[in-house]
Amino acid sequence: MSFIVTENLVKHYRTGQAGVAALRGVSLSIPPGEFVAVMGPSGSGKSTLLSVLGALNTPTEGRYRVDGIDVYGLTPDRRADFRREYLGIVFQNFHLVPYLSLEENVMLPLTTKPMAGREKREMAENALDRVGLAGKGRRLPGQASGGEQERTAIARAVVNQPPLLLADEPTGSLDQTTGQQIMHLLRALGDDGMTIVMVTHNRDCAAYADRIVRVEDGQLVPAD
Amino acid sequence: MTIRHIALQSLRRRKSKAFFVLIGLTIGVSTTVALTALAAALTSEINHKLDKYGANILIVPHSENLSLSYEGLSLGGFSFETREIREADLARLKTIKNAANIAAVGPMVLGPVRTAGRKVLLAGVDIQATKLLKPWWRFQGRPPGPGEIAAGAEVSRLLGLVPGRVLEVNGQKFDISGTLEPTGSQDDGLLFMSLAPAQALLGKKGLISMVEVAALCTACPISDMVDQITAVLPEAKVTAIQSVVQGRMETIRHFRKFSYIVSFLVLLVSSLVVLVTMMASVRERTAEIGIFRALGFRSSHVMRMVLMEAGLLASLSGLLGYILGLGAGALSLSFLGGGTEAHVTPDPALAACVLGLALALGLAASVYPAMTAARLDPYEALRSL
Repeated sequence: MSFIVTENLVKHYRTGQAGVAALRGVSLSIPPGEFVAVMGPSGSGKSTLLSVLGALNTPTEGRYRVDGIDVYGLTPDRRADFRREYLGIVFQNFHLVPYLSLEENVMLPLTTKPMAGREKREMAENALDRVGLAGKGRRLPGQASGGEQERTAIARAVVNQPPLLLADEPTGSLDQTTGQQIMHLLRALGDDGMTIVMVTHNRDCAAYADRIVRVEDGQLVPAD
Repeated sequence: MTIRHIALQSLRRRKSKAFFVLIGLTIGVSTTVALTALAAALTSEINHKLDKYGANILIVPHSENLSLSYEGLSLGGFSFETREIREADLARLKTIKNAANIAAVGPMVLGPVRTAGRKVLLAGVDIQATKLLKPWWRFQGRPPGPGEIAAGAEVSRLLGLVPGRVLEVNGQKFDISGTLEPTGSQDDGLLFMSLAPAQALLGKKGLISMVEVAALCTACPISDMVDQITAVLPEAKVTAIQSVVQGRMETIRHFRKFSYIVSFLVLLVSSLVVLVTMMASVRERTAEIGIFRALGFRSSHVMRMVLMEAGLLASLSGLLGYILGLGAGALSLSFLGGGTEAHVTPDPALAACVLGLALALGLAASVYPAMTAARLDPYEALRSL
């Protein structure tokens, strides 16, 4: 039984008069708990694929199901709820809100949940603890190192304990040592049963995944 | 962690934009408060001055025989032969509900007399009350005392009267105490004496031809007082001098209209400042809004966040605007040379209205920016990073 199913995903972008096909019939099945690395050269469509999987970018054609839910058949508000409940997203360059502390950034997915403030704080502290940032939650993103910001982004993605984690080049702007620490962390989350889809162009990072899929010219091609 | 917390942190982060919104709305609100407070203070002063300016109620006897005009105002039927008002009955004026609003009561006896071979109208007046009822009277000499007579400007000119001389009226001699400077009214053609000697001279002891009343009617409708006086003096005809009352109301209305128009225009400009600043803020925060949306915020959450920021600033503007407006009103009053009766005073009702107005304006001007923020496509917003 697959947890994620994409059927013939097509995504066209219009640039002036011309159209660009970023995805050209991507069909993919991922069982629950699998850690998948998506690799491919720049401009191959892997980030577009991740945005479609993140319920952020409506495909031109095709279907996308998660746990049996037709994601793009949902209303925009229901799709926002889906992102909050089902997804954790680790963006390239972290995308932390600069005026909120690391802890507050981690709490963002919990903001609209009807929970007590103390409970939210406890969940955020646990998430920060899990990524090795215990006691550093009061800092602002500008006061944290790149590695700490990446860990915060991961903590934010998992604070809600979503079943699916999407990561876009999570080590792209980190040094090798910090990158390895982050990959260990993602591997640990995968081992805990979280389904992970990670976009990367780094073979070493991809090696942490259970499976590698390649995207070239908007299509899935057999991995080397 | 709530949406309100994010809104507050966002305001702290964007101090300059928050300051613009705050200043824009505060200027609008304080201008409105200042003008409203100023209008209220000046209205009060105008009322007070107009109340002091002269009589606004006339009491005359009922009559069918002769129409008499006085100061361009119809006094209704009046006849020298008709039954007049008894002076003793005027004590009843103190029993009306709005007696406290009566500033002055000026009984007057009128009658023709012969002097220097001519027939002239003599008015017996209460000199003390006249000072309140006709503050514009200026005498060459002084007002008439016991055994004295004063003359209107026209009578003085025709009869060649000057203060210090003696005038024989109906065979009795009186010292001329003074002559009245021209008033442009029928007073110029009258002779004036104190009430009691005039009554004696005219053979109308204890009788009154008419009564002028100055009512302080800032808070009471003059028609109510007319009804109350009519009830206690059923034999008399009581009339409000409508021109004075209406003129007074017209002055107040014009001033209020002016302040409303100016307030409206300033508030309009303030709202535009809020709109433009909030739009700029939303544009600046496109990527940030994209992050919120990607993390599961609904459009309504984003909208609520923007409106909450506007609401917080608008509430603060309302408070600041009220305080500054009162100060500006008081300052303007001193520049405008407001009299001692004009004061800008804190008004809880105005404060509540102003807070509500500021909040409504702030929110109304932010609806469009909030909708723009809520409609942002999360993917496009994130791509702007």
